[in-house]
Amino acid sequence: MPIVIEIPTAFRRFTEGAPKIDCSAPTIAAALNELTTRFPALSRHVRDESGQIRQFLNIYLNDEDIRFLGGEASPLKEGDRVLLVPSIAGGS
Amino acid sequence: MFDYYELRCRECGKTWGNAPRSFCDDCFASLEVSFDYERLKKTARRENLASRPFDMWRYAELLPLPENFTPPDAIGGTPLVRAHHLGQRWGVENLYVKNDAVCFPTLSFKDRVVAVALTAARRFGLHTVGCSSTGNLANAVAAQSAQQGFDACVFIPADLEPAKVLNTAVYGARIVRIQGNYDQVNRLCAQIADRFQWGLVNVNLRPYYAEGSKTHGFEIAEQLGWRLPDNVVVPMAGGSLIGKIAKAFRELVILGWVENKSVQFFGAQATGCSPISDGVKRNLARFEPQKPQTIARSLAIGNPADGPYAMKLIRESGGWAEDISDPEIVSAIQTLAETEGIFAETAGGVTAGVAEKLLAQGRIRRDETTVVCVTGNGLKTTDAIISHYPLSAPIPPRLESFEALLDQQLAVPTVAGKGA
Repeated sequence: MPIVIEIPTAFRRFTEGAPKIDCSAPTIAAALNELTTRFPALSRHVRDESGQIRQFLNIYLNDEDIRFLGGEASPLKEGDRVLLVPSIAGGS
Repeated sequence: MFDYYELRCRECGKTWGNAPRSFCDDCFASLEVSFDYERLKKTARRENLASRPFDMWRYAELLPLPENFTPPDAIGGTPLVRAHHLGQRWGVENLYVKNDAVCFPTLSFKDRVVAVALTAARRFGLHTVGCSSTGNLANAVAAQSAQQGFDACVFIPADLEPAKVLNTAVYGARIVRIQGNYDQVNRLCAQIADRFQWGLVNVNLRPYYAEGSKTHGFEIAEQLGWRLPDNVVVPMAGGSLIGKIAKAFRELVILGWVENKSVQFFGAQATGCSPISDGVKRNLARFEPQKPQTIARSLAIGNPADGPYAMKLIRESGGWAEDISDPEIVSAIQTLAETEGIFAETAGGVTAGVAEKLLAQGRIRRDETTVVCVTGNGLKTTDAIISHYPLSAPIPPRLESFEALLDQQLAVPTVAGKGA
């Protein structure tokens, strides 16, 4: 089973409308690289000028925020689901 | 019709007109309502307020409301209490409590934000509204939806206080309980807003919703006699309110309704969920998200959407952020109730307890004017303190029984540690 990256609506104009992208990367960082190599226009929306993941882009591995899992170095395995969520809003 | 406000990206500045959207498609930062202040200066007059009732709608010009807006109800307009007794205890002359524990109709400041969000929902033709909530927001969405004829669907963490769930259910709202914490509920709501054409007040209607918080700040300034305080202590969950109080003060200065003054902003969190205060205290560039574990569940947001902006405001204003433990929260709830007769929810205990801590640290000066913001009512979080008040044994309905009780209690003068 491949690893699935779920693409939010706001990103789909860069992914030719695709809501999901399959990949086989070993880590989150590698998955993001695979994604932005395939869709270069997405690159500057994923990372800022210093190369860091944009502050307002939240990335989840299955149900967990990657910041609780070791960030970009978080390892991926077959069947994992990577979720990109722009600008979590909220307010209690 | 030309609007005198529109959505603007808080990072790149790109404008997006008026629509149910909360983030910039270019940089994914959040959007904020931006006003045409030059135009407002010509139309908004402080004198016009004199003939209006004391509720949040008296500041209608400074809110993103549609043309020909008719206010639905008297929301807001809560007391600014001169806290003499609490001030005496803390050694502060000019201490005030802005008491949104008695905000109409659901006893929290969330009534203000929902009121503005629902006007936006109506404007955009959205019939179903909802929210992710730790309780207070769900209460406000449910009540105002019932009153205004929206279908309401709210998403809450499954472990929420029973009183807060009941206070949503009673209005007939659909409640979806999620196995997870608020941040997980919130992530789901971001996906739901992406998929369905619903008005999620704190997701895709968030820029409009957040403007409602300004009325808390407008009222503080007006109730101080059109003056700004020196210090404000504000509870922080998502980190939005503190920024909107600052925006309110800034707008009053722009319009010339108050004199310019530097106000120090102090943020309050529970230690069990303190990503923003931790970020301020450790001088981090970005806050680190946390897994919340605190009785202050209305502040239990481990990944606060406006955390970066709250940190920036606190630093630039010369303020500070602090957090207190759960036992300290309970103690502060009791102090507020015993000195000022205000029964605040756990978040109010956080704010009061942090204010006391900041005074002790010397970060808030005792000779300055300080406002402590209480945003919710203690009747909703009774489970946090009920164990501190065991019921006394009942007595027969006879005078001699009461006299015997008095004798017994006089023999033990420290009943529950209360003074006269």
